Amino acid sequence: MTGVIDTSAPPSRPARLVDDFAPPLILPGAHQLCAGCGEPAAIRSVVEMIDELGLTARAVGVFGIGCYTSFSPGMDVEVLQALHGRAPSLATGLKRVQPRSIVFTVQGDGDMVNEGLQEVIHTAARGEPVTCIMLNNGVFGETGGHMTATTVIGQRTKNSLEGRDPKKHGYPIRMAEMLAPLDGVAYVARGATNNAGNIFQLRKMLRSALQAQADGLGFTFVEILTMCPTGWFLQTGEAPDYLEDKLQAYHKVGIIKDVSVP
Amino acid sequence: MSLELLEGSEAIARAMISAGCRFFAGYPMTPFTEVLEGMAEHLPDVGGVCVNAESELEAVGMAWGAAAGGVRAATGSVGQGLSLMQESIAELCFARVPMVVLNMARGQGDYYQATRGGGHGDYRTIVLAPADLTEAVELVQLAFHLADKFRNPVMFMGDYYLAHVVEAVDTGPRLFPPLGPKDWALDGSTSGTGKARIVSPIMPTKRDAEVFIEYGDYLEGMSGRMAELVAGVDPLYEQGGCEDAEYVVVAYGTPGRIVRYVVEKMRRDGVKVGFFRPVTLYPFPAEALVAATRSARAVGVYELNAGQMIDDVRLSLSDRPITFIGGISFDDSGFGIAPELTPAKVEQRIIKAMAQARAEMAASAEMAV
Repeated sequence: MTGVIDTSAPPSRPARLVDDFAPPLILPGAHQLCAGCGEPAAIRSVVEMIDELGLTARAVGVFGIGCYTSFSPGMDVEVLQALHGRAPSLATGLKRVQPRSIVFTVQGDGDMVNEGLQEVIHTAARGEPVTCIMLNNGVFGETGGHMTATTVIGQRTKNSLEGRDPKKHGYPIRMAEMLAPLDGVAYVARGATNNAGNIFQLRKMLRSALQAQADGLGFTFVEILTMCPTGWFLQTGEAPDYLEDKLQAYHKVGIIKDVSVP
Repeated sequence: MSLELLEGSEAIARAMISAGCRFFAGYPMTPFTEVLEGMAEHLPDVGGVCVNAESELEAVGMAWGAAAGGVRAATGSVGQGLSLMQESIAELCFARVPMVVLNMARGQGDYYQATRGGGHGDYRTIVLAPADLTEAVELVQLAFHLADKFRNPVMFMGDYYLAHVVEAVDTGPRLFPPLGPKDWALDGSTSGTGKARIVSPIMPTKRDAEVFIEYGDYLEGMSGRMAELVAGVDPLYEQGGCEDAEYVVVAYGTPGRIVRYVVEKMRRDGVKVGFFRPVTLYPFPAEALVAATRSARAVGVYELNAGQMIDDVRLSLSDRPITFIGGISFDDSGFGIAPELTPAKVEQRIIKAMAQARAEMAASAEMAV
């Protein structure tokens, strides 16, 4: 019978424990995010790329405020906790006085695009050599699913119950496309965590962005589309397809700018 | 010791660099602009960084990041710009990030904002208010020392007069007791060691810390930390003629300087008047004020506002008639230049207030008979 572990004989290899699967730089223990959330895979991808590039002993994460903030004490990486919307200015100050450090921010769409939009735009325009990472699920997940500036047209949220209507709520902001044309910007990409293929591509994007920072090429930005079944009012299993059908239709996955490629 | 004839904002900028300030961020606004200019000019010479922030929100954020990196950092503005910074100033206290915040006020309407704070939650910042440049270059250096000592923002309060007055000052480094290393600061070097640091207003420890501190417990600890701050800072003040004064005038900052001049002149004229000038506005020098007003029958508070510091005077003195003898006074520049702030006008107010106090005293004595 498939799917049932055969216990009639001793196992052919020793049992493995949760810690054997624990990624480097993530502290053991369950995270506090909902089942089906796309953020843990995003955070894990970020720190694993730092580890792979051998940049760990220089890395500092500057965290915004959102569900992902529960990872701020949950990583074996130095963390500077910022206010909602304010991570890019803190990252700027830190990088200016510790130029050898590898500084990355973690913000959500509510944090970066709603609360602190001008912070990231000016940080990009100054060409600050930091990596800003936006986890974009199109809702304020922590408050329980409210509309943000990236919520796609037609998406239902707790304060757009009939779906986002441009006549009432305006249009979503495409963050990656907005930052890419600025002169100080070295690398811009948008990835997603809804399937293995997208995660594989996302890891390459994060690698490129962090490498560009280490090479001092300028400001780097990776937007990551993440699932939020709770805030989307969906069954956990439906969220990856919803991301592909709805979010990706507006926020296209791909590399938008890479100055290291001639 | 070398004295140089300098304008206030230039002297303050140089003194900050002498104190070891190596990061400054700001957004122009008179009379803070002139200090920003000085820092932009001089910081690169010592390997420091001055950033023109896109707003006061980012200015305080950048200084926050630099301070978390272990460097002495400062920002500042005028009351309006500081209103924008209040969220961060509150959270800097919770995150235990040292910073010097220049408050180059327009007039004295921002006493409440400076001493109470316009931010959220239970926090206080130390507030230093010099009256002249000799004091300013000392206090701005003390501000950096106290900020590091208590890991708390310290506010330095000046005004348009202080920014523009020209005086001979020594902006060289002052000596302070040594402080321990900043073993909490961030540079990435503890990442991956199992003891990665965190600087956070909400989570002071990592999840695997030997002693993990919960959010609620951390917030509750704020009251202890504020008590430590109040107990640890010696309240500074200046007083004159108080020993046998029948009337004491309380004033701070530039008006405190004018009041000092007027009171000294009235003393020479034989009037039994004294002055008391708080230098630390928080912690307020309450005990010293009680001692200074022991012989006084009444106390006057001169401020260029509708009466704000008078609250702290009332909290300090419970058994003395206290009258407000100041007022809002603004010329059309909007920078806080006060037409009322002349020695002659200040003297008139004091004479009038003293006469009134005497009359009230006589009336109540009559009623008692």
